[in-house]
Amino acid sequence: MVSPAAETASEHDEITRPQTRLQVLRSAGFMAVALALYRSYVFRRFFFLLFVIWVAATVIFLIPRLSGQDPVKEKLLLEAQRGGALQSGLDDIAKTYQARLGLDQPLLVQYRNYLYDLVRFDLGPSISFFPRSVNSIIADSIIWSIGLLGTTIILGFVIGTLAGALLGWPRSHGSLQFLFMPFLTLAAIPQYLLGIILVFVFSASWALLPSFGAYSPGTLPEWSFGFVLEVLEHSILPGLALLLGALGFWAVGMRGMMINNQGEDFMIQADAKGLKSRRIFFRYGVRNAMLPQVTGLALALGTLFTGAILIERIFLYPGLGDILFQAIRLSDFFVIRGIVMTVIVSVAVATFLLDVLYPYLDPRVKYTQA
Amino acid sequence: MATPATTDEAMTTPQPEIPGGWSDFYDNRIDPIIRYAKRNPPLIVGLSLLSVLMIFVGLGHLFYDHEQFRPLSAPTREAPSWEYPFGTDTQGRDLFAVAIRGTPLTLRIGLIAGSVAVIVGTVVAFLAAYYRGWVDSLVRLFVDVGLTIPPLLILVLIAINISGGLTVDQMGLAIATVAWVFPARTIRAQVLVLREKSYVEIARLSGSSGLSIIFKEMMPNLIPYITASFVTSVAAGILASIGLEAIGLGPFDSPTLGMTIFWNIQFSSIILGMWWWWLPPVITIIFVFVGLFMISAGLDEWSNPRLRKSV
Repeated sequence: MVSPAAETASEHDEITRPQTRLQVLRSAGFMAVALALYRSYVFRRFFFLLFVIWVAATVIFLIPRLSGQDPVKEKLLLEAQRGGALQSGLDDIAKTYQARLGLDQPLLVQYRNYLYDLVRFDLGPSISFFPRSVNSIIADSIIWSIGLLGTTIILGFVIGTLAGALLGWPRSHGSLQFLFMPFLTLAAIPQYLLGIILVFVFSASWALLPSFGAYSPGTLPEWSFGFVLEVLEHSILPGLALLLGALGFWAVGMRGMMINNQGEDFMIQADAKGLKSRRIFFRYGVRNAMLPQVTGLALALGTLFTGAILIERIFLYPGLGDILFQAIRLSDFFVIRGIVMTVIVSVAVATFLLDVLYPYLDPRVKYTQA
Repeated sequence: MATPATTDEAMTTPQPEIPGGWSDFYDNRIDPIIRYAKRNPPLIVGLSLLSVLMIFVGLGHLFYDHEQFRPLSAPTREAPSWEYPFGTDTQGRDLFAVAIRGTPLTLRIGLIAGSVAVIVGTVVAFLAAYYRGWVDSLVRLFVDVGLTIPPLLILVLIAINISGGLTVDQMGLAIATVAWVFPARTIRAQVLVLREKSYVEIARLSGSSGLSIIFKEMMPNLIPYITASFVTSVAAGILASIGLEAIGLGPFDSPTLGMTIFWNIQFSSIILGMWWWWLPPVITIIFVFVGLFMISAGLDEWSNPRLRKSV
């Protein structure tokens, strides 16, 4: 799409030698066109984001309808079994709730209302904690998830990429190579297993670190130095489990890319120019090998998010994962749906941001694909 | 080192009747495999790890009373002893029996999910890449959307909406419904490359039908990629199944590895110091994942000879 305008512009650039005003204007025009197209890439990417969210929302809407189950009645039956509540009025209670939640209307009307609520970020009421809204339940827990996940994703990516780069760099010390097998193992095993092993080593055997929660039971969350320290102490183990897994994953990938880079012409040229080893490593090796890593990060975000959900479950960390587990136990359909939607939207938005930022990292993308 | 080589041989070579007898057969068939295996250590390590598990499961089924995997069939909370080699759990399961019965169940989920996903993915990939046009656009859109949505979350929704919970086989199928996008993407890219090869062009010019080109010309070249996708899908399927089971959406009456992990978390066995409860499933899962990972690394070397450092 870019090509006709862009090509003629560059041809002219080559033919007209002197720096005329016209040429400056033309290159400014070229920049403007490129910028507009880049914007259009962002717009196209943004429409795709909306499309993904719409597909996800529709799938989430349809799955329960296909199974023909009634979340409200299901929940009431569960309560009746557990608490021995009256069985007789169950159908009436269910009907009242359904009317209140709008579940007795035709399917298309429900779908419209559901999408309308979603656009306003209204995820509906919780069944288990009825007057409470799903929004407020998620808002309380998502902070913990963002803190844990954001820190470990960024740290894991940066440290793992650097470690992998060093592993794939022929001039780094030979002893580093012994790290490869552990990294490979870390990359292969799921993070929740690392979590179990960490709890065993640091909590059960040595009693060094707390094994569950985000702060000690009985402490009230407040903005004090002591509380922050306590939260940090509680976050070490779940964070470490997430970090170690990510570390192995990124290191193994980066090592492969660095090794592939070794024979490339630009590496040989950089070497022949007599550049400093450090400069070749960062500016030539890492700079190029990093690009597939970033693409990989965009693809892996979903896995990283769900991995964190399971870690929170194991460590009873009060983030989305713990709430999801509670909601599944209480068969609170609306909370489950809300969490699923929140995580899908977060992953989609994060992927969108990475895709939009990618052209800044890889200048080749800006004009050709944009 | 000997075991995997023989399994490899059993898997890949039929037993043809070669006139030269055993030594000829050895030179022509077994020796190249052994020499190749020496060049490809990840494949060996991977196959041995899985073989160890299979041998354990096989011997266990033959020589051990594995019916005691159910709760209340043994005294509770016993440390490992001669009678109960892996001890027993809080609900009175014999954990040795659980390991024998559960490991193949988890592998079964992975195999169901992996094979369905790869078959569906391959068909979709061929439809898209061979016929192009709107089919391809539609498939690409689906795959792109599918790659953005984390599969575990859709699985959570499917699982909570099936009354009575998922059985082992249903779980495999449910995972396959979300797992086909990745193989479809990989294989589509390969078909697009193959499509432009001159031998495919020649076959097309000499009037071969679409199906004949797909099966006679393209398939043989795709086998390494399809195999690699299969291994990756099996690993992804097992990962998803254990994830689902750990958050309490697994088959409660089946002693799969993930359910054992679930009970461990539920009864906080780690803090109670019952190492014999959580250690076997953790080690088994590590064996499975490292094994599959190594096999896929080995297959990568097979399908992409440029990675070879020495020939």
